[in-house]
Amino acid sequence: MGSQVKAREGRSCLTLVPRLRPTAAWALAPAAAVLFAFWLLPLTHLIVLGGQSRDGSDNGYWQVLSSAQYLGSLAQTCMLALVVTLAALLVGGVSGVFLSRQRFFGRSALVALLTFPLAFPGVVVGFLVILLAGRQGLFASLGLELAGERWIFAYSLTGLFVGYLYFSIPRVILTVMAACESLDRSLEEAAHSLGAGHWRVVCDVIVPGLAPALVSCGAICFATSMGAFGTAFTLGTRLNVTPVAIYNVFTNYANFALAAALSVVLGVLTWLVLLLARTLVKPSRTVL
Amino acid sequence: MKRSTLFVGQLLFTLLVCAFMLVPVLMSLLAGLTRNYFQGISSGLTFEWLVQVWQAYAPTVWLSLQLAAACALCVCVVGVPAAYGLVRMNNRFSRAFEELMVLPVAMPGLASALALLLTYGQFGEFRSSWLFILVGHVLFTLPFLVRPVMAVMQRQHLPVLEEAAASLGAGPIRRFFNVVLPNCRAGILAGVLMVVTLSLGEFNLTWMLHTPMTKTLPVGLADSYASARLEVASAYTLIFLMMIVPLLIALQAISSRLSRGEKR
Amino acid sequence: MTGTTIRLEGCRKAFADGTVAVHDLNLTIEAGETLAILGPSGCGKTTTLRLIAGLERPDVGRVMFGDSDVTRLPIERRDVGMVFQNYALFPNLDVAGNIVYGLKVRGLSAAERNKRCAELLELVGLEDHGKRRIHELSGGQRQRVALARALAPRPKVLLLDEPLAALDAQLRERLRGELDQLLRGLGITAVFVTHDQGEAMALGDRILVMEHGRVAQLASPREIYQQPANAFVASFVGNLNAFSVIERTTDGLKVSGGELPWNCTSLPTTVYCRPEHLRVMECQGHLRGRLVGQFFQGAQSRLLVDVGAAQPLLVDSAEGVIHPTGALIALAVQPQVLFTL
Repeated sequence: MGSQVKAREGRSCLTLVPRLRPTAAWALAPAAAVLFAFWLLPLTHLIVLGGQSRDGSDNGYWQVLSSAQYLGSLAQTCMLALVVTLAALLVGGVSGVFLSRQRFFGRSALVALLTFPLAFPGVVVGFLVILLAGRQGLFASLGLELAGERWIFAYSLTGLFVGYLYFSIPRVILTVMAACESLDRSLEEAAHSLGAGHWRVVCDVIVPGLAPALVSCGAICFATSMGAFGTAFTLGTRLNVTPVAIYNVFTNYANFALAAALSVVLGVLTWLVLLLARTLVKPSRTVL
Repeated sequence: MKRSTLFVGQLLFTLLVCAFMLVPVLMSLLAGLTRNYFQGISSGLTFEWLVQVWQAYAPTVWLSLQLAAACALCVCVVGVPAAYGLVRMNNRFSRAFEELMVLPVAMPGLASALALLLTYGQFGEFRSSWLFILVGHVLFTLPFLVRPVMAVMQRQHLPVLEEAAASLGAGPIRRFFNVVLPNCRAGILAGVLMVVTLSLGEFNLTWMLHTPMTKTLPVGLADSYASARLEVASAYTLIFLMMIVPLLIALQAISSRLSRGEKR
Repeated sequence: MTGTTIRLEGCRKAFADGTVAVHDLNLTIEAGETLAILGPSGCGKTTTLRLIAGLERPDVGRVMFGDSDVTRLPIERRDVGMVFQNYALFPNLDVAGNIVYGLKVRGLSAAERNKRCAELLELVGLEDHGKRRIHELSGGQRQRVALARALAPRPKVLLLDEPLAALDAQLRERLRGELDQLLRGLGITAVFVTHDQGEAMALGDRILVMEHGRVAQLASPREIYQQPANAFVASFVGNLNAFSVIERTTDGLKVSGGELPWNCTSLPTTVYCRPEHLRVMECQGHLRGRLVGQFFQGAQSRLLVDVGAAQPLLVDSAEGVIHPTGALIALAVQPQVLFTL
């Protein structure tokens, strides 16, 4: 027992005494069963299905990779997700830093209000975009007043962009505010003492300090925008983004192989981006 | 002074962002209560839209609540032991398992739903019941309970507490119920609130998995956005917001209490 | 590098919750001088440093560098070099990148930056460390990099916030000597904050002792030690023995435990002396007491001698003799080391 204790203290205090380990494995069993039966198995089935063909045509993956339309929608989805991520990081970053450093009456209430949209489903966000920029929207009336013509952009990619921005900004604000708390203020003072002005300090000290949080948050925003369906669905299924294409192919054409292939490709792309973000963040060591 | 123009600029920018976030919600709230949206508030406020929505869509609200409760229960039963197991094991395997657990959230919901449909769609009974949707919700919300509970367990140095209980003769089951569970209450509560909120608002998976007999609130919302009057859709949205906003407020309160406890 | 005169005129700083950190401070620091600001925590020494630096603005008063009024200038325009307590090195830059940061901001060319970087690395004794990452450095090395970084842009004023506080005792001693040599060689005006009186006395040309936001005494280390202005300074810098005078005798003052030699005509109520000035005698002495404690500290021993007063006397003896507890100790003292406040 003594040597066991000594060996344990050499490692992290969270490793197990061998006697207690079987419990942990049993504890994981239900979750493992659920994930295996309802996700891993179906996913494998999906991947396999994508390789099948229907009515003698090419198999699902080949159809996707050789079709300009589907590749185009993939590219467009990626592009949109990228632009939304960058815009959200910029907008959320500036507001997040400002909110984290200022103290004023009602601040916590304001922050709470700003982050509620995180829980809105995509369809509701789509509806809000229609209220803002649809045929009878705020901007339509505004345009009518100011320029004599209605400003309608809800039903295009711009509307989708606005919708995706709507649920990405709160996520960035929350992350940035949390990361700001742990920033070392003396680094900024040191940079100022060496003559750096405000913008210089932002670029040289604050952004590098927030970088890991920004990268991982950006990856999540990207993944969410890639897989978002509800918003596009509400704004009109004519929008050429891959989730809508998958829905159309599955529901309207019943081409399961193609739908499977598209989903897998979309999933793989998303997962690759998340992996990339994780490898970027891990090696960075924060000192002091 | 240069510094103050910067401050004013940032303030205005932040206010603009706040307006962007809040104005549409306010518009929606108002639209649900206005007699005639196109005429604006001058046409008067009314509850008739809310009543109409309730008459037409009440079943969706009940189903969503039922699903959320069932989902919370299942996720607790599956997730709390899982969190315990992961914290105790703390090795490569547990980290890989965490990765696996997060995948249904990271990957597009559509893909998961499609996979479920294609694999289990042929079991007619199962496919057309609300349990089919429940499975999707559990997969999607599991990490949102497991992660906070794991965090609380690690903070409480649970393994050490357990070893103390073991040294006093407590077996695994007793340790779990006497030591582990009571100390994680706050984490479990926060996780459950999150799960309920997510389940109420889940659309991507649910849309693919639902049938006309099993419509949830978000599915009903999508229907109303497509077909019904703006006022009805707004009133429906208002009902949805009334359901989740209290949950979100409770969530904020609990997580701030949790983080304050951590600072102690 | 030559230094600038620094003057604080009537500076006052209060914080948001109302506490006044610094009351009506008037201070002149000569060009090329090293000033140590010493005091207990909360006395306002860090605030004073930050006022000189430009990280805080005084509510009332002026800060002058030479003949220019810099009160309104923020730190980035004051051309000061600052070494922070936890060094504040940029983790995303390597050692060389940190050192030349101030030069980069000033727009020097790469060639000039490299030349200056090499000079500084040599100055602080880190010649081959230019490419190292910050997290690979030890505490002492980080301190040197912080110093090099602050000195690179040739500032007129060098400010140090508890520069040696984060280091262990032996390293602190060694770096203290190196820092002293460096400051003398550069001829720069330096101000540093410390709570370590040994450090203040070793490095400072003058010491500013602060208490509750006010100046307790501003003088050379010798003066502060030998002629403290008041009881606070006397007890904060070095240890003190206080004797309550009972009555005057023919050649001295009667106190608890014996009679102190006293040449002046005045009759003080309390007389002080430092522990190292009390000598342990074989048999006879001015004072007599019982040994109640003994601490061997290497170079000297500290004895606690009970003479019947409220507190035992502190005696620092370099003799290394171990006395049995409870033994009778005789102490002698010279009249010139006794002082009043």
